[in-house]
Amino acid sequence: MQAKKRYLILFSAGVCLILLFYLQGPASRRTPNRGDDPHPHWPHFSDPLRAFIPWDQTETEDYNVRVSPRHKRDDNSGAYKCRMDSCFDFSLCRRNGFKVYVYPQQKGEKISESYQNILSSIESSRFYTSDPGQACLFVLNLDTLDRDQLSPQYVHNLKTKIQNLNLWNNGRNHLIFNLYSGTWPDYTEDLGFDIGQAMLAKASISTENFRPNFDISIPLFSKDHPRTGGERGYLKYNTIPPFRKYVLVFKGKRYLTGIGSDTRNALYHIHNAEDVVLLTTCKHGKDWQKHKDARCDKDNAEYDRYDYKEMLHNSTFCLVPRGRRLGSFRFLEALQAACVPVMLSNGWELPFSEIIDWHTAAVIGDERLLLQIPSTVRSIHQDRILSLRQQTQFLWEAYFSSVEKIVLTTLEIIQDRVLQHNARSTLMWNRLPGGLFTLPQFSSYLGDFPFFYPVLSVKPQQKFTAVIHAVTPLVSQSQPIFKLLVAVAKSQYCAQIIVLWNCDKPLPAKHRWPATSVPVIVIEGESKVMSSRFLPYDNIKTDAVLSLDEDTVLSTTEVDFAFTVWQSFPERIVGYPARSHFWDSNKERWGYTSKWTNDYSMVLTGAAFYHRYYNYLYTQYLPGSLKSMVDQLSNCEDILMNFLVSAVTKMPPIKITQKKQYKETMMGQVQNLTNFLFHSQTSRASRWADPDHFAQRQMCMNKFASWFGTMPLVHSQMRLDPVLFKDQVSILRKKYRDIERL
Amino acid sequence: MCASVKYGSRGPALIPRMKTKHRIYYITLFSVVLLGLIATGMFQFWPHSIESSAEWSLDRRSVHDAPLVRIPMSSPIPERGDLSCRMHTCFDVYRCGYNPKNKIKVYIYPLQRFVDEVGVPISSTGLSREYNDLLSAISDSDFYTDDVSRACLFIPSIDVLNQNSLRIRETAQALAMLPRWDKGMNHLLFNMLPGGPPDYNTALDVPRDRALLAGGGFSTWTYRQGYDVSIPVYSPLSAEVDLPERQPGPRRYFILSSQTAIHREYRVELERLKEENGEALLLLDKCSNLSQGLASVRKRCYKGQVYDYPQILQESSFCVVLRGARLGQATLSDVLQAGCVPVIMADSYILPFSEVLDWKRASVVIPEEKLPEMYTILKSIPHRQVEEMQRQARWFWEAYFSSMKAIGMTTLQIINDRIYPYAARTYEEWNNPPVVKWTSVNSPLFLPLIPPRSPGFTAVVLTYDRIESLFRVITEISKVPSLAKLLVVWNNQNKSPPEGYKCSMISEGLTSFFFLSRSECINKFASVFGTMPLKVVEHRADPVLYKDDFPEKLKSFPNIGSL
Repeated sequence: MQAKKRYLILFSAGVCLILLFYLQGPASRRTPNRGDDPHPHWPHFSDPLRAFIPWDQTETEDYNVRVSPRHKRDDNSGAYKCRMDSCFDFSLCRRNGFKVYVYPQQKGEKISESYQNILSSIESSRFYTSDPGQACLFVLNLDTLDRDQLSPQYVHNLKTKIQNLNLWNNGRNHLIFNLYSGTWPDYTEDLGFDIGQAMLAKASISTENFRPNFDISIPLFSKDHPRTGGERGYLKYNTIPPFRKYVLVFKGKRYLTGIGSDTRNALYHIHNAEDVVLLTTCKHGKDWQKHKDARCDKDNAEYDRYDYKEMLHNSTFCLVPRGRRLGSFRFLEALQAACVPVMLSNGWELPFSEIIDWHTAAVIGDERLLLQIPSTVRSIHQDRILSLRQQTQFLWEAYFSSVEKIVLTTLEIIQDRVLQHNARSTLMWNRLPGGLFTLPQFSSYLGDFPFFYPVLSVKPQQKFTAVIHAVTPLVSQSQPIFKLLVAVAKSQYCAQIIVLWNCDKPLPAKHRWPATSVPVIVIEGESKVMSSRFLPYDNIKTDAVLSLDEDTVLSTTEVDFAFTVWQSFPERIVGYPARSHFWDSNKERWGYTSKWTNDYSMVLTGAAFYHRYYNYLYTQYLPGSLKSMVDQLSNCEDILMNFLVSAVTKMPPIKITQKKQYKETMMGQVQNLTNFLFHSQTSRASRWADPDHFAQRQMCMNKFASWFGTMPLVHSQMRLDPVLFKDQVSILRKKYRDIERL
Repeated sequence: MCASVKYGSRGPALIPRMKTKHRIYYITLFSVVLLGLIATGMFQFWPHSIESSAEWSLDRRSVHDAPLVRIPMSSPIPERGDLSCRMHTCFDVYRCGYNPKNKIKVYIYPLQRFVDEVGVPISSTGLSREYNDLLSAISDSDFYTDDVSRACLFIPSIDVLNQNSLRIRETAQALAMLPRWDKGMNHLLFNMLPGGPPDYNTALDVPRDRALLAGGGFSTWTYRQGYDVSIPVYSPLSAEVDLPERQPGPRRYFILSSQTAIHREYRVELERLKEENGEALLLLDKCSNLSQGLASVRKRCYKGQVYDYPQILQESSFCVVLRGARLGQATLSDVLQAGCVPVIMADSYILPFSEVLDWKRASVVIPEEKLPEMYTILKSIPHRQVEEMQRQARWFWEAYFSSMKAIGMTTLQIINDRIYPYAARTYEEWNNPPVVKWTSVNSPLFLPLIPPRSPGFTAVVLTYDRIESLFRVITEISKVPSLAKLLVVWNNQNKSPPEGYKCSMISEGLTSFFFLSRSECINKFASVFGTMPLKVVEHRADPVLYKDDFPEKLKSFPNIGSL
């Protein structure tokens, strides 16, 4: 009993002790912290605090009234670094627009192939001028691409050569291209001559040396990079889920010592030989054996086991670590292969960073956080992988696939700076079809282009303007042009009709045109050339243009139906007669066919709807040489338009079902396999009857394809018919019943 | 005292065995322990609560009770900001670490009142209302941590919003005295009015080592791209005045200038524009006849006529925002709030949040020397775009300008996006107003790919129990050369699929009810989507030559439509 009590007391004392410790523990743990951090949250002060701008200071600062703001603007012009305001003379561009002059090439001056490609891309662009007095931007005839003194391409005495240029003017309004700068061992970004106030278009440029909105970062490209056209991206179709065999791959040199070696030396930490395959080799340079470390032999063996191409095409992500310089060839290779680049190059100003939102196409890693890279890329959601991958393809094809695209993008960026408030917006650069095809001078409003309707959630206008191209004089009231006018004017969507009078005979009197419910505007073509049918006339206010030949036979129903189809596909050509192209392997050239076949790649603009922006693009974007060829031949304008639109959209045009009687005439052609016979059979205008006509069109195709650098046309096997077309239901239930009727 | 009780209590516990007659002694001992316990408990809660209530009042009531810190004369001054700083050179990412939420942790230093050796405060305003709002917003946000060791970004409680009220040298010394300063690494300073007379530098003049600067009024010369954050100058009117949103459209005036501190040369040019274009322009200035005072801030005058500011801004399509002594102008915020399109004329100015916001969609930027051409430039902008810009301007204000909280959160989000770039917000998320985000259709497969035939297609056949027709469909479709895979979905819970057919997938949860109520489904789906995503078209895709009078054997798809 006693013992029991004793134990009870002892037990209670023990419990009390434990309790004491328990209570005291947190107290003692908390006390020292309290001085450090008295408030887990920011306190709520109740005393009246003063505003950071006292009310009497807001707008009444009578600042330096004596100094003119003009003077203030020029303050920084003496500074070492440059900005457009201080180092660029805008007045040169104001006179003649944005024109680029290339110094004439001098004999005995060796120029590398890549630089030659750059210069010829400029010379064949629409910015080129041969008159330095008109120019706003100057490009050197001296090869500045490779400024590595150890390189065979290195040009000596650049300093004096540049000083001797008569228009140099301390580099003002000059653009200097450069791919490699500095040399072993430190690879500085110095070019070895004084660039003065010239702008730099440079690869591997670092953010420290980059003068924002003045320099341009360009990608590093090899000397085999094609001049025009260029290969398309490798992505042919989307796979869902988007994962590939490997998650992350890299294959490249490892620098054992010196600048930039750290990152690649550490790669083996995250290599797992399964889905993360990062391979390096020490075997490069003359004396690699001298510096080789313990891992070299093992690495080299592993390196030879994998094929780079195979890895590139079968990986979701591709590591792009810095080399000696910040940029590497891996970047463009990964981009083309639809392998999402994982950038590991701290301080690299990414190519065209001024306009491209790289977060949508690449993963930007940090060299310091190399070990986190695998978990980072694994955490990226598959939806995002899908969109990153598609964006790589868009960017590759829009800005990188050829030297010409890289050069044009560079020039367009500078032009945007000159245009200032008219410049392209971020959206124009980063959305299909890309900045090179989206000319900001057309409109600053995104909704005026056919490409951004879904982004802005707006719709094209509900009306169209018909443009009839008239080449024969008005003789009788039974001419097809009258029927056409009446039929088109009856369409509920027709806003106005423009007759483009390209006939040598004088304009007919007003009363000779039929009376219609919509306004008919007759424009007399100034030069009466073919291209004038695609001029962006101010009178065209509607988004849709219906382009017509004067002898086209169309009914109101057909026009109405075609327009409703166009509203669903505003960025494409939607029309009636279609043609096709093919590769003629015997003659090694493109062939043109008007045969009645199962597919097509062009829709003739003699009866087609398209967006009015394409009129502008045709006139402004295409070079004078192609347009004058069309004018001289009075032919091929429709082919050129189809080339242009397909190059922009990467999609085929859309063919719509035609009324029977129109086809009947075409049908004869199936039996008559001679092509131009068909043209003389149909009662079309004189130009179709010309026996040269067909041969010309063939030739045009090949000329156009060589200018585009590739064949932009795409085949389609689809025709759009009204729902219920030729179905066995009562004709009364069909909306567009006229199309089926004979 | 606490400790003595502890030892006292441990004494008896250690005594092994005692005589029973000392029972009283034990009871006394026990009560002593108990008393000790109670006393400790009291000590723990009661006196502490007294002590903390003193602290409480300090926290709650007044800034004047914040601890006073005296800065010694000789205290070190940080270096001036390094212009070559970038995230990868001057920012320590290791502090941020890898975390699955991809959110940085932000620590705020407790408030202290810094004074120099003679006791004069380093700032004439002390903690301003706006900076206090900013800090409490951050402290209430997901970014906040009170654990200094886990923080990735540090925000001093020293208010440097307005350089005019600061003593530069002493402020710099105060910054350097912060316990975690460490050359300014990972420290973020907020400043809206940089520079001072006569030359008005475009960045804060306080030497600040490597600290990040969220500054209003950066120029391209001082802004460290990718490191600093350009923020707007907060307008106090944002909180005071409630301007209802106006429908975009044409307004009474075309261009309006409301700033009072416009340089006289520019005012002359504006007046010339006014003469040329008359009523379309409204050129306001401060009211000379009104008494000075708070009220005068809210009034503007033109030839003796008094207008309410900022309400008058809603009456114009475009509003001029000219540089003053500084590049950043609080007027920009008022103009956006009014849904007026700002015409920004401040050469080399880095627009607020330009790292993420597409200002081309909400403003017109014109070089100062083109001021005389302003009218023609603005006239050339299409109407539809002006409306779009008005809408966008207002939405920018609502999302990013309207309060110190909005400004602070946007700044932190921008820094967060740099540290976790793979989880960054997209262009659309930053720039598309919510209306557009919901209504615009962004196809996840945006690239125009025309896939080759080689990978073929997968056929998915949904079946209930009509085995015969299922087999017929399967036989027919398996003749198609480009079929890669056939998937049969057995949609019957009561029957098992026929033997001999291996089913790739059996769907569960779908019942026959599904078929009976298809129209209900459409309504249900539309209500979930919030809108009807289906679109009506009047066309149908057929193969070229479909039902044409053409030899069938020459057609690619001769059998279509012949069923």
